[in-house]
Amino acid sequence: MNKRLSIFFSMLLVLSMFLAACSGGGDNAEDGKKGGDDDKKSDVPQELRVNINTEPPSLNPGLAEDATSGTVLRQILEGLTRIGKDGKPENAMAEDVKVSDDQKTYTFKIRDAKWSNGDAVTANDFVYAWKWALDPANNSTYAYQLYYIEGAEAANTGEGSLDAVGVKAVDDKTLEVKLVNPTPYFLELTAFYTYLPVNSKVAEANPEWATDAGENYTTNGPFHLTEWSHSDKIVLEKSETYWDAETVKLDSIEMIMINDPNTELSMFDNGELDWAGAPTGALPTDAMQALKDDGRLTTQPIAGIYNYKFNTTVEPFNNVNIRKAFAHAINRQEIIDNILQGEQLPAMAIVPPTMFEENEKGYFPDNDVEKAKEFLQKGLEELGYKDASELPAVTLSYNTSEAHQKIAQAIQDMWKQNLGVEVNLDNAEWNVYLDKINTMDYQVGRLGWLGDFNDAMNFLEMYRDADGGNNSTGWESKEFQDLLAKSATEADAEARQQLLKDAEAIFMEDMPVAPIYFYTNNWVQAEGLKDVVVSGLGDVQYKWAHFE
Amino acid sequence: MAKYIGKRLLYMLLSLWMIVTATFFFMRIAPGNPFASEKKLPPEIEANLNAHFGLDKPWYAQYWEYLVRIVNWDFGPSFKYKSQTVNDLINEGFPVSFLLGMEAIFIAVAVGVLLGIIAALKHNRWPDYTAMIVAVLGISVPSFIMASFLQYFLAIKMGIFPVARWESFMHSVLPAVALASTPMAFIARLTRSSMLEVLANDYIKTAKSKGLSRGVITVKHTIRNALLPVVTYMGPLTAGILTGSFVIERIFGIPGLGAHFVTSINNRDYTVIMGVTVFYSILLLVSILLVDIAYGIIDPRIKLAGGKKGE
Repeated sequence: MNKRLSIFFSMLLVLSMFLAACSGGGDNAEDGKKGGDDDKKSDVPQELRVNINTEPPSLNPGLAEDATSGTVLRQILEGLTRIGKDGKPENAMAEDVKVSDDQKTYTFKIRDAKWSNGDAVTANDFVYAWKWALDPANNSTYAYQLYYIEGAEAANTGEGSLDAVGVKAVDDKTLEVKLVNPTPYFLELTAFYTYLPVNSKVAEANPEWATDAGENYTTNGPFHLTEWSHSDKIVLEKSETYWDAETVKLDSIEMIMINDPNTELSMFDNGELDWAGAPTGALPTDAMQALKDDGRLTTQPIAGIYNYKFNTTVEPFNNVNIRKAFAHAINRQEIIDNILQGEQLPAMAIVPPTMFEENEKGYFPDNDVEKAKEFLQKGLEELGYKDASELPAVTLSYNTSEAHQKIAQAIQDMWKQNLGVEVNLDNAEWNVYLDKINTMDYQVGRLGWLGDFNDAMNFLEMYRDADGGNNSTGWESKEFQDLLAKSATEADAEARQQLLKDAEAIFMEDMPVAPIYFYTNNWVQAEGLKDVVVSGLGDVQYKWAHFE
Repeated sequence: MAKYIGKRLLYMLLSLWMIVTATFFFMRIAPGNPFASEKKLPPEIEANLNAHFGLDKPWYAQYWEYLVRIVNWDFGPSFKYKSQTVNDLINEGFPVSFLLGMEAIFIAVAVGVLLGIIAALKHNRWPDYTAMIVAVLGISVPSFIMASFLQYFLAIKMGIFPVARWESFMHSVLPAVALASTPMAFIARLTRSSMLEVLANDYIKTAKSKGLSRGVITVKHTIRNALLPVVTYMGPLTAGILTGSFVIERIFGIPGLGAHFVTSINNRDYTVIMGVTVFYSILLLVSILLVDIAYGIIDPRIKLAGGKKGE
């Protein structure tokens, strides 16, 4: 059978090659050389090939709102700061930063740097880019990332003028920024893509400057954008005009757009890619164990959490003991070992350990069934039930995805075994699901959260108000709100950290959310490839990358 | 003939209008919106976006604007891919899908017909059995399994072809073969059975008794008649291959239009959904018309102008 099959396939191939050649693949024939060359690329030292999964929706920093666009932007544009190899912000376009005593005014000295077309990078390029994003007419979805700046929110929502926004070019090389509150992580934010500069001369002359590679797309980062073949690939080349060009070793980066984890890994195995997996791609879950056994897999924790949220406005989850019972009765390690296999960390807290180290242990032990049963009994009594059998079935919602489904099934089983509660599963397509969660039409539902900046605030503030956009639990606490408000005006970093820690403790005591696990990034990389820097937020930088 | 085509064009327009209308309304009643994400937007920004894309207008105004846009062949901006319009997506994606589709159809028809003829001529002998085993495999193995299989053996193990991407002719072979495998098997079975039917006809026996050579009988009298069902199958095949290639395009990382067909729905990217639907609908309606015309040319018994087929 096998022999026959292989004979057939070789026949079929010879035939199809011949036939397809006749069918007029002429356009492609001239590119034929390249396929062969790919295999030998290891001889060519400084050319990196990575997968970025999909077409970046926009390479205009004011319009970008997703990780893929961010990945490309981070290599070609440079903000006032950059997250360094050690994960801390370091000066980039800014040569020097002065912070006022009240920590609300930042004065950046812009270094002598050039755009790829030879223009000098000026303070005005930042003012232009930020105000452009805040202009309501430009429909920047991520404009709210700039709301830390005085007058920014008012300008963006149409209640104030753009002129009143607290960002000013004092002269060509001096940028002054006034903030609403002391924001200790502001220098983290200035490395974020919404804060990247735009060549104001080019952008003013041509509003479509960011839609394609070409002379309009001027860059000030380590790499130029030399080719953008939509939905196919992006090619970056080392920028000779970059101020720190000496540090940059790679000659080019080819970013291809393959949206299938199996294909990505196959291409890596076949030497067609130098990197497969997170943060820009994905590895097939089934391959994880084998890669781990081979010692090829790299795992790095990132600032992200996978949660089960409770709708605290409906029975039985309006009862804190019931919520606690459900949160305690989950065996997180088992889910990680058997389903995810990516060495994620069990989460018994809401702020990732990349920000609060002590959260590796969390607020309660994983899989504490005894405690769960106690909480359940207490909760049932408070709600007026005799035991779990009287409790109406609970609905657990998730959006369509194999991993979400497996996790939901495992947890359904754990709740049934450990608590004796009936659980129905409710699966919905992503958009429909979000609608359900946002309108509080659910009992328990899964949601993830990935940090935008390296600060605990990013994981806490969404639960400030019951009707806040990303809360969707209906939970609110005066004490929690007060602590967050205090932290916003606290200038001392340590005291502020403690306030946030206290806020988290209140949150965990009320448990509107059952944390499940903290995300990790998993990837495989070519042997000689060194110094690709992946930050605690999961952002990748190729500035320092090189092949040895 | 002209009258027939005119009438068909009119029906096509009517079908197209119905498709556009149905898609428009189904899309609007589907829950969710294009700006939904795990990180919810501030309401002011969302309102701004709705205004920008005209989503705050009443449905009839949106519907009318949309019809006007289609007539002008301008599908508007993509909600998700801000650097491209829907027309850009179609103009860039379709030629790729088309080339891949044509290559696959060519392989399917050429290999399928060849296998079918061999099987029929060697009826109940080993070439027949081999061809039909291949056909059964082709029909029962889904194209995405075939794709992984081809990638594993021919790209990774044997290193003959690249694993994925759309760069050169070599890159197009595996996806085209994967896409062609099912229709090829189907065509082989179709050709075989209709060949056998034709071969059993009296006029073939007559031709044989007149002493015509086997080759002449096969080429002149059998194949032409046996191909009629294959031609009928070409319409749905073209449709299937052009719209159904998204799985293959995804696996092989091909920048075709197929991917947008699926992802636009997940993204609720209204303009892309509508643009791609209208575009494909026109394509399918035209391919069905072409097949009907081809039908009439191959079998003169079918009179197009009469309006009734296969009297």
